[in-house]
Amino acid sequence: MNDVAAQRSVSLLYNPRLRGLFWQAGLILIVGFLSYEAVLNAATNMRARGIPTDFSFWDRVASFDINQTLIAYSSSSPYSQAFLVGLLNTLLVAAIGVVVATVLGFFIGIARLSKNFVVSKLASIYVEVLRNTPLLLQLLFIYNAVLKPLPNPRDSISFGAGIYLNNRGLVVPDPQFAPGAGFVLIAAVLGIVASFAFKAYAKKRQFESGEILPVARVSAALILLPPVLVYLLAGQPISFDTPVLRGFNFVGGMRVLPEFVALVVGLSIYTAAFIAEIVRAGILSVSHGQTEAAQSLGLSRAQTLKLVVVPQALRVIVPPLTNQFLALTKNSSLAVFIGYPDLVQVFAGTVLNQTGAAVQVIAITMAVYLVISLITAMIMNVYNRRMALVER
Amino acid sequence: MKVIAATFFAAASLAVMTQGASAQAGSKTLDLVKQKGALTCGTNTGLAGFGLPDDKGNWTGLDVDLCRGIAAAIFNDPAKVKFIPLSAKDRFTALQSGEVDVLARNGTWTQSREAELGLMWVGVNYYDGQGFMIRKKLNLASALELNGASVCVQQGTTTELNMSDFFRTKGMKYEAVAFADINEAVKAYDSGRCDAYTTDASGLYGSRLKLVNPDEHVVLPEIISKEPLGPAVRQGDDQWFNLVKWTHYAMINAEELGVTKANVDDMLKSPNPEIKRLLGVEGDFGKGLGLSKDWAYRIVKHVGNYGEVFSRNVGDGSALKIKRGLNSLWSAGGIQYAPPVR
Repeated sequence: MNDVAAQRSVSLLYNPRLRGLFWQAGLILIVGFLSYEAVLNAATNMRARGIPTDFSFWDRVASFDINQTLIAYSSSSPYSQAFLVGLLNTLLVAAIGVVVATVLGFFIGIARLSKNFVVSKLASIYVEVLRNTPLLLQLLFIYNAVLKPLPNPRDSISFGAGIYLNNRGLVVPDPQFAPGAGFVLIAAVLGIVASFAFKAYAKKRQFESGEILPVARVSAALILLPPVLVYLLAGQPISFDTPVLRGFNFVGGMRVLPEFVALVVGLSIYTAAFIAEIVRAGILSVSHGQTEAAQSLGLSRAQTLKLVVVPQALRVIVPPLTNQFLALTKNSSLAVFIGYPDLVQVFAGTVLNQTGAAVQVIAITMAVYLVISLITAMIMNVYNRRMALVER
Repeated sequence: MKVIAATFFAAASLAVMTQGASAQAGSKTLDLVKQKGALTCGTNTGLAGFGLPDDKGNWTGLDVDLCRGIAAAIFNDPAKVKFIPLSAKDRFTALQSGEVDVLARNGTWTQSREAELGLMWVGVNYYDGQGFMIRKKLNLASALELNGASVCVQQGTTTELNMSDFFRTKGMKYEAVAFADINEAVKAYDSGRCDAYTTDASGLYGSRLKLVNPDEHVVLPEIISKEPLGPAVRQGDDQWFNLVKWTHYAMINAEELGVTKANVDDMLKSPNPEIKRLLGVEGDFGKGLGLSKDWAYRIVKHVGNYGEVFSRNVGDGSALKIKRGLNSLWSAGGIQYAPPVR
C-alpha cells in the first residue's frame, strides 16, 4: 500500500511529460509577461511625451496628393483611403514583378544550360552581375537611366496610334466602354474557356489516338476571333480617349509612371537572376537518363524540356521560388527611394510623418507585409503539393 | 534549455531598452548631454544655407550654427556636437524617441506638430514661405500658370500639404511626385521629371545651387504659405526648452546690442548694462538655465550673433545671397525680436 503511493508520487514528480509541460508553461508566462510589460512601458512613455497612442488618425483627412491611384482618391480623402491606395500600388508592383521575374528567370536559367557558348556565357554574366550588386543601386541606376535619356513631353517619342513616350512616362489611349462593350468582354471570356476546353480535348485525343492537334493555333483563333466579331457586330462599342499635348503634358489617355516602370524592371531583373539559378539547379537535378530516354523515344529538344524535364524540375524549383516571390514583394518597399507611391512611401512615410503615430503606422505596415507574405506562401504551398511527387 | 536562455535574454534586453527610454523621458536632457560629452543635433541631409557638410566635411548652415551655439553655451566648445542628418519623414520620430536632443532642421512650426507630436518649437530662426522653381525657358510669370504641371516635392513636409491646398483652391490640376530624400527630389526635377520643384523659398535658392545649370532656373514670385522655421525639442523638459530658446535669443540680442564675434572681448568692458547682463559681467543669468554666467559670451565668441550667422550662411556673405527681409531685427523693419536678458 505504502509502496504504491510512494511510487505514484515519484512518478508524478519525475514524469517527463509533466515536467515538459511545466517548463513550457513557465516559458510562455515569462514571455507573455515581458511582452505585456514592454507594450505597457512603451504606451506609458508615449503618453508621457504626448505622442498619440490610439488609431483616431485613421479617419482624418489626409490633405496630400498621390500621383498614382488605382481607386478614387483626392486630398480630401481620409488616411484610410491613402492606406488603400498605397497597398494597391504595392500589390500591383508585386504582382507584375513576380510574373515578369518568373518568365525572365526561366529563360535565363535555361539559357545558362544552353550548349551555345555565347548564349550560356551571356546568361552567366547577367546572373553574376545582377546577383552581386545591391538592389537599391540597381533601382537608382535604372530610374536615372530610364529618366534622363527620355525627352520632354513636347518632344515626345510617338509610336503612332496615340502612344507617346516621354520623361513623364508612357501615355497610351484610354479605352472608353459604351453600352454593348459587355458583350465583347463576354465573348473574350467564352473564347478563353473554349480554348481550355479544346486543350483538354486535344490531350484526350492524343492519349487515345496519338494524333497531335494544333493547340496553339486553334487557341489563338478561339481567343481572338469571337471578341473581334462581336465588337464589329455590336457597332464598335469601345472607343479610345486619345491623349493630346496641352500645356505641360498630355491630357487624357492613361499614363504609366516612369517610377513604376523603373521599380518593376529593377525588381524583376534582379529577382530573375536568383530565379535563373533556382531553375538551373532544378533542371540539373533531373537525371540525364531522363533526357536520353525522352530523346530515344523521338521527342524533340523542346518537347523533352517541356514534357519530361521541367515537370520533374518544378518539384525542386517551387519551394525556393516562393522565397524569391516573398523577397520581391518585400523589396518593393525600396520604392521610397525613387518616388513611387507604394505602401511604405505613402503610409509609413507621409502619413506617419503627418500624424506622428509612428508605432501604430509601422505596426500596421508590418502586419500588412506579413499577411501578403503568408498568403503568397500559402498559395505556393498548395501549388507545391500539387506538383509534388505522388507516391503510390 | 538553449532556447529558453535565448528567449529570456532577448526579452530581458527588450525590457532594458524600454527601461532606458523611460529613464530618458524622466531625467533632464542637459544632464544627459553633459554625460555624453556632446550635443546630438538632428540636421538636414543636405540643404545649402541650413545644414550641409562643406568640402572638408564640416557641417555648416544657419541651423547647424544654432546647435554649435548650444554646444558653446554648455561646453564652451562649438565642436562638441554630433550631427545626425535626418530626412523630413524621419525627423520627428528621431526627436520623439530621444535619438537627437534638439531638431534644428528647418522644420515648420505648426499647431498639430506641437499638439499631436509631443514636440515644442523654441522659436523661429528663419521666417520663410513656400515657393516654386521652374525652368526659365517655360516662360511663366506666375505660379497661377502651373495648371497641369508635374511638381517634385519632398514627402512628409508641410510643403506637400500647402501645395495640395494651393492647387485645390485655385482649381488647378497637378501631379505630385514625392521623394523621401531632398536630394532625390532635386535630382528628379533637374533631370526633367517635373516641371516645377517646390519647397520653402530659402530652400529653393539653396537647391538651385545644386542644379547642373543654376542659371536656367528661376524662382516664381508667389509665396503660398507661412513657414516659420525653427528648432524643436521634446515636451516635458522645460529647462532644456529654455536653454535652447535662450541660445537663439542670445544671438538676436547680441546683434541688437552690436556685440559681434570680433568685438565680444572688448564688449566685456562696455558700460551698457544690457550688454553687461548679456555677457555675464553683471548678474548670473545662466544659472537658471543650468549654465555658467558667461553662457551668452561663449555663444557669441564661438559662433557669432544672429546677423553674422545669417550673413555667413544664407545672406550676403554666402553663395545664396538671400536678403534679410522678414528676418531683419524688429528695429530694422523685420520681425526677429528677442525678450531682454534681465
